[in-house]
Parts: sequence; structure tokens; C-alpha cells
Amino acid sequence: MIEFKMPSLGADMEDGTLIEWKKKPGDTVKRGDIIAEVETQKGLIEIEIFDEGIIDKFLIQEGTKVPVGAVMALLQPSGVSLETKKEKEPAPLQPTEEKTIKSTPISTAETRKIKVSPLARRIAEENHINLESVAGTGPDGAITKENVDHEIAKIEKIEPEKINAPAVAIRSAIAAAMSKSNSEIPHYYLEKKIDFTKALAWLQEANSQRSIKKRLLPVVLLIKATARSLSDFPDLNAIWENGLQQKKDINIGFVVSLTTGGIIVPAIHHTNLKSVDEIMETLNDIIPRARAFKLRSSELTDSTITLTSVGENGADVVYGIIYPPQVAIVGFGTISEQPFAEKGMLGIRSVVKATLAGDHRATDGLIGSRFLAAINNYLQNPDSL
Amino acid sequence: MENATTKIKTTYREALKQGLREALQNDERVFLMGEDVGRYGGAFAVSKGLLQEFGEERIMDTPLSEAGFVGAGIGAAIAGMRPIVEVMTVNFSLLAFDQIVNNAATLLHMSGGQVHVPVVIRIGCGIGRQLAAQHSHSWEPFYAHVPGLIVLSAGTHEDARNMLHAALQSPDPVILFEYTFLLNMEKEIPAEATPVTITKAKVRREGKDISIITYGAAVYKCLEAATELAKIGIEAEVVDLRVLRPIDETTFLASVSKTHRALIVEEAWRSVSISAEVSARIMEKVFYDLDAPVQRLCGAEVPIPYANHLEEAAIPQVNDIVNTVKKMIHHD
Repeated sequence: MIEFKMPSLGADMEDGTLIEWKKKPGDTVKRGDIIAEVETQKGLIEIEIFDEGIIDKFLIQEGTKVPVGAVMALLQPSGVSLETKKEKEPAPLQPTEEKTIKSTPISTAETRKIKVSPLARRIAEENHINLESVAGTGPDGAITKENVDHEIAKIEKIEPEKINAPAVAIRSAIAAAMSKSNSEIPHYYLEKKIDFTKALAWLQEANSQRSIKKRLLPVVLLIKATARSLSDFPDLNAIWENGLQQKKDINIGFVVSLTTGGIIVPAIHHTNLKSVDEIMETLNDIIPRARAFKLRSSELTDSTITLTSVGENGADVVYGIIYPPQVAIVGFGTISEQPFAEKGMLGIRSVVKATLAGDHRATDGLIGSRFLAAINNYLQNPDSL
Repeated sequence: MENATTKIKTTYREALKQGLREALQNDERVFLMGEDVGRYGGAFAVSKGLLQEFGEERIMDTPLSEAGFVGAGIGAAIAGMRPIVEVMTVNFSLLAFDQIVNNAATLLHMSGGQVHVPVVIRIGCGIGRQLAAQHSHSWEPFYAHVPGLIVLSAGTHEDARNMLHAALQSPDPVILFEYTFLLNMEKEIPAEATPVTITKAKVRREGKDISIITYGAAVYKCLEAATELAKIGIEAEVVDLRVLRPIDETTFLASVSKTHRALIVEEAWRSVSISAEVSARIMEKVFYDLDAPVQRLCGAEVPIPYANHLEEAAIPQVNDIVNTVKKMIHHD
């Protein structure tokens, strides 16, 4: 039996609330299928499954909050015949089930009888208070009005957060991750001024042959150039966990600013293998989904490096803070016309300032410097992208 | 208005007598009859001096025959008089129970609304001073059970003074319970008669933490308990039912809805009692306002004992009320 567990959608995630099962017992699932929707600090996330098989049973009810790692469903691996399934099922299943139930007492609570005064029950219902979480101090441990009022007061203290819940949750997730980064990761910073004139010319040409929907934005070239450079310097496409661990896939996490405040960083899977058009398509897909808190679990967890781009009319330079356990973040400032000296001549060029913040435990400035130079090289030859 | 606010200190007995005197003065149809009410001045001296003041025609000593003189009172009422019949104790009233229940209570109904029975039957009730089981019971529930009767309980000096007047205005038979235990108790009341209703219960003390619902001789005990409880920060509301039939549920239901807890205190036996009725109505009407189970303090289900300490132990006392309320609120 395969156990499907509550995935970790980031180092800062402790638990998630199952909102909806997207499959039902008996359904055949394959790798990449959306099995559930889970509410996290980062919004409503579609959870993908990475195993193949037939869903045997769901152990968690919709609406239940469970910790990361809790077993949520059991799957019959594909290829196991029905006969063996029948033989095997009763015995080995028991312990799994018991263990699961113990780790998630919430799901069994409805069979427990709790004493509540009629008034307390009424007030709880009117205020949507879950009586399971209220300790009773009345006769025989019954929950009284006082206990429920206390619970309401507790919730009302947190209430302001709830009004714009995702924004505040994201704010605190960012706060946690960035504080951890700044206190644990020794950052070094490098900056490179890049002449973006040729790249813009290339874009203008390329877009003249594309429908409005398919037109490319400058950022696509920045992403693509970064992906290519990462292939050259794999130490930057890595995580730091008991030492440097390079990542096979290059999945650039692209920083999306939210209208409600905060940021969310979906991964562009296999960025290095995608064409510029494919990257543009991916952006057109994930940016609106990120803003609607409708990302998939893999998009939230698979980034191997982060890229932040200021965009039009913004700051000239951006110095990033690394998202742990990654070891680097690449930043691009606003593209703007600047006086630019080259070969003894002064001209006006479109310039973008690229920065790299690197984890000095993982890499040194030399690698970072060469990496920025590589990005510059690729951008000077947009055809090669 | 000056007069209305002037207060005098008076005993419960004196309050009853003033009510009687005034009734006799105000309406010539009113007369008093009962055992020893005239020459002896009443078994509890409530009517002392009235014979001299109003004469034999209006203060009538009767033979020791409750069925006879209560029946005569009912007949006089039908004939247009306003008789006040005194029955010495509720124990003896059972001898007149047939007259009260089968005649007084039924005639309006059986005559198709033609025959009213405006009799007032005053009954001494509850424990006195070691009068033992045949003179001491609390049988208000017997009478409160009967449709066609209006059953009043004068648990305060105010009602002892004023309820009789209101009762005499009723076209239908009224049973007015007076409490032997309270006769010598002194309280301040307005010197002049003050109108009271015989349809509504009354909040005797306001509070927010618990409703103590009571009647009769237990009213003052509950008020004393509320004073004790206030010292430890518990604000008890005391509801005096006053009218046991037809019972005024609006007042006690509103109180329970406000305080969310109810303790019912009565000296009558627990089973099939007024408190049972009140409790049932709370469950029926304001269940979702309750924050704790309704509790009752009632008379022990024994014939009232003669021995002083046993007599005291047989009915709820101030300490019992205080302790029960503390338990209900602090759960200790």
C-alpha cells in the first residue's frame, strides 16, 4: 500500500487544511495528477501525486487540518492484482490505519461525546466555533458560555489577520523565510551592468512576427539567459543542506508580486529546456494563477534558484535575499537608457543591472562573477537563446 | 405622593390585618368567616379586633367544618357577596377540597360562563413554630394544579398587605396562601395601600448571574441568600412567582434568558411541585439560553417533623441556597 502524505510546500509550512479531494476511492491516478486541494499560508494549492495506482481510501476528511507528513490517503500500487489485494488488505492495513488515526485525532473526534450547555452550543454555532477545540470548565467538564466566549475572544484577537487572510499569511511566511535567510546565510553581492540594446532589438523583431497574445517580454530573455548560465555554473543551481547539493533540473523560481502585498515564487520547470516562447507561455499561465493562489504543489516546492525582476519604471538595481535552502538569487533592475562607454566611445544604450546574491558557504565571488558575465554574454547574442 | 413614600415598620400579621380591615371598609359585600376569626381574634390573631369594629354580621365564627363553611362562602359568592373565608391551615383545607375543586373551580365552566364564584379563601400555609405534620405543610401545588382557580402566594409584607384587595376584584375564586412562619416578621412597607397585580410574578432583586425563582416563605430566604452571594461577587436575581396559577412564565423566562442559570427554591415537596412546573417551562421555552442544568431546592419528602432542628432541616435554608448557587456558578 502506498501512503499519500501531506506534502511540505516550503520549509516554512507546518500544516495544511484539506479543502477538497479531487479524486475518489477506486480512481486510477498517475504521476502528476491533481489529487487534492490544500489550503496553506500560500493560498489554495493543487496537490499533485507522484505515485501511480488506485486510490484505496481517504483517511482525512475534507476541512481537516493536518500536519506535514500525515498520511492522507492509501493507494493500491498499480500492477497488484485484485486477488493479492484481497488477501493482503485486512492484516497489514490495520496498523497503518491506527497510526494515522492517532496522528490526526481531529478526524475521530466526531464520535467523542462532548458536554456543552445549550447556550454555549447555540453561541458556538452562531460564531462558527469548533467545540472540539474548547475546553469545558462547567459541571462535569461541560462547555459553558464562558468557555465559548473565551474562545471567541481568542479568535477575535486574530481576526484582523483573517480579513485579508492570504496576504497576512504570506507576509508571515515571507518574514519567517527571510529572517531565517538573513540570520543563517552569509550573503555576498555582485553586480553587473549589461547592455540590453541588442536584446531589445531582437525582441522587437521577434514580436513583429508574433500575434499580440504570443509576444515576448524582455524578462523572458533574462530568464532564458539565466537558465543557460546556470547550466554553465551548476554550483549556483543547488541547495545547501549539510553541504552543497547540486540540483539536476534547472527550475527557476520567478518572483511574482501580489496585488494584495507580498510575493509568491512559482517555479518554471526545466527552464533551460524551454524555448523563449515556452517560457513566455509558462509565465502567462503561472502569473495569474499565482495571484489567484491557485498554484500546484510542485510549482511551490521545486525551485532551484530564484530570479527577481523589477520590471518597468522601477528601481535600477535589486539585491535579493536568498530563499533557503537555495544558494543564490538573481536580480534584474529596470531596463533604462543610460550613457554607456564602450571602446573609447560614449553612447546611449538600454541598460539592465544584473545582481547576484550568493551563499558564501556554497560558492565564492569568482563563480558568481563568472556567472553574471555569462548572462551578459548570452544577452549579447539573443539569437543563441 | 408624600403618603405613598411614607414607610412604616410592620409585622406580616399586621399587614394582613390592615388588608382585611380595608377590604371590609371599602365594600359592604365583603365579610370574613372562619374558625375562631371573631371572638378569639383568629387562630393566628390576624383578625383580632375586627369583630368589635365590624360586628357579628361581617366577622363570622363558624363551626369546625371546613366543607360546610367553605361551601357556604361559595354559595354567598354566587349570591352576590364578596366572602373572605379563612381556613386555619392548609392541612385542614383538604376537608374543603371537594367544595373548592368540584364547586368553586367548576361552576363558571359548567354554567357556560353564567355563574361566577368571587370567593377569596385565605389559607395559612407552611411551617410555623413546631406545629408538626398536621399543621405545617406546603400544599400550594395541590391547588395550583386546578383549572378555574386563581392561586396566590403572599411571600412578602407588600403582598400580605395588598393582595387581598386585588383578589376581591377577581370575579373568580381565589386561593390566597399566607405564611404562618412570617407572621411575626417585621419589614418596612408603604403606610398606605399600594396596588399590586395578581397576574404577574415580580423580580424582587435584580442580578445577572443566576435566577433564583421562588415563592412563599422562601422569598425572604432567597433575598437573604442573594445578599450573601453579592459579597462574593455573585449577582443573583430573585423572582417571586406570587401567582402560582395561572403561572406567569413570561417573567421568569425573561430572567433566565438574561442570567442563563436557574435555581428554583420552594418549601413544598419536590415531586410534582411548582418547581417541577417551572423547570419544565424553562426547558420548553428557553432551553437554548441555559448555560447550566436547572437546579431545585425543595422540601424534604417527609411529613414535616416536630423537632425544631428537623423542621429546619426539612426545608431549604439560606445556607443551602448560597451553597447551591456557588456550586452552580463556580462548579466547586
